[in-house]
Amino acid sequence: MRSDSAEVRRSAFDAMVAAYWKPVFKYVRLKWRASPDDAADLTQGFFMRAFEKDFFASFDPARARFRTYLRTCLDGFVANARQADARLKRGGGVTLVPLDFDEAERELSRQAGNAIADYDAYFHREWLRGLFAAAAARLRDDCAARGRRDRYPLFEAYDLAGDDRPRPTYAELARRHGLTTIDVTNELAAARREFRRFVVEALRQQCASDEEFENELRGLTG
Amino acid sequence: MIPEPAIDRLAAMFRTPDLTGTRYEIISTLGRGGMGVVYLARDTALDREVALKIFDRPPGDANEARIIARLEHPGIVPVHDFGELPDGRLFYAMKRVRGDRLDRWMSVARDLSDRLAVFLRVCETVAFAHAHGVVHRDLKPENVMVGEFGEVLVLDWGVAAADPSTSSGQASSTGSGQGVSAIVGTPQYMAPEQARGDAAIDQRADVFALGAMLAGIARGVAPVAAIARKAQSADAALRYQSVPALAADVNRYLAGRAVEAHREPLFDRAARVVRRNRLAILLVLTYLIVRVMLIFLFRV
Repeated sequence: MRSDSAEVRRSAFDAMVAAYWKPVFKYVRLKWRASPDDAADLTQGFFMRAFEKDFFASFDPARARFRTYLRTCLDGFVANARQADARLKRGGGVTLVPLDFDEAERELSRQAGNAIADYDAYFHREWLRGLFAAAAARLRDDCAARGRRDRYPLFEAYDLAGDDRPRPTYAELARRHGLTTIDVTNELAAARREFRRFVVEALRQQCASDEEFENELRGLTG
Repeated sequence: MIPEPAIDRLAAMFRTPDLTGTRYEIISTLGRGGMGVVYLARDTALDREVALKIFDRPPGDANEARIIARLEHPGIVPVHDFGELPDGRLFYAMKRVRGDRLDRWMSVARDLSDRLAVFLRVCETVAFAHAHGVVHRDLKPENVMVGEFGEVLVLDWGVAAADPSTSSGQASSTGSGQGVSAIVGTPQYMAPEQARGDAAIDQRADVFALGAMLAGIARGVAPVAAIARKAQSADAALRYQSVPALAADVNRYLAGRAVEAHREPLFDRAARVVRRNRLAILLVLTYLIVRVMLIFLFRV
């Protein structure tokens, strides 16, 4: 986002919006108790203002994580918008990447039972969810493109399983897909390797500097 | 939407490496070093504990294992094995060292001579690496281990690089894309040229770091503090130009001789000469006293 090229800046900004719009929307809905429409407007408005005013140019990775910085900017933006009682208009000549607020709202309703004690942790977790979701989608598309018919369904059934039903064993997966248990082991190992690569690549794309990338990667790998 | 248990599972997958297909089982985490995490692991084939370093990134960080494998020295932990995990990350297994990190070892009261003896062992190891064209670039007490039997090991060669000033400098730059000009290291121990990200970092950057370590050892002993100051000169040309030159000055101090870096007051110099030649001076004095007494007796 600090590049001299407008095209590069725009592309980096779009990647940042894609990674953060959902955490921002959900955060505004929950922390600021905004209605779905207001939260959608505030989310759009925040990113548009950030692009116009170059909010993020002054981010210093040595001082804070980008997420913390973004959330601080967001809190300031929402507080000002509330104070001015200014309902932000969508659009404004700048088109953001398409944001599916209805989907985000459906996700929120599924999370309704979870109490939030720490908004910083919540924001981080929602960002992580988005990061993993994007990498999983890339894995799905990549497997389809390369004719790896079983790889993503196995990964989805085993590694992306929720707690609504018992997680299948490797033997059950092998039966379902007409494979041997060793095949399942190998397919899952390959899927995890590719998934990890996609996560690391997405992370690299989100970071403005090597230093920030190193910090984020360390945060992820503990 | 990725469900909650899956987020925890995937996050754990990043934190705990998948060792499927290797002969290792993770026991616990030992710590984080340059570029990766070091685990205590069991080598199931040989039924022994090893230290397993797993790099943060997918392929490209073979540098550290190759550097260490080439540097066969008692002060450098030997590499047993090297490979790739199912998730694409590289790892290497090395001997598990039992003992204390130097910073913890020094937190217990130790004689200056003991502390300097350990420091000189570190110098020997680093000088050996320099002779093979490798600059460590992240020397600090946390990267030195003092073993149970007094062995001294220099760890964490993750950011080591070729020394451009030596003809034998054949180590590749770190696989992370950081050449010798990348800013790596620990601020307190980092030479100014390293902190600036200068293109050519040579062995004098390690001399600076050793000087910073020595400053922590000196604890008010003027000649040692002077050696540390000289090693930490901001201008690399004013430092000791090699680790053996630095070690030689420390050895001079231990032998009770004048050190290059310190101009002593006359009284200190006389006291040092007396201390160093105590026996000879005592003998001469005894001889003179006996001689005077004999002359006196003959005259009487």
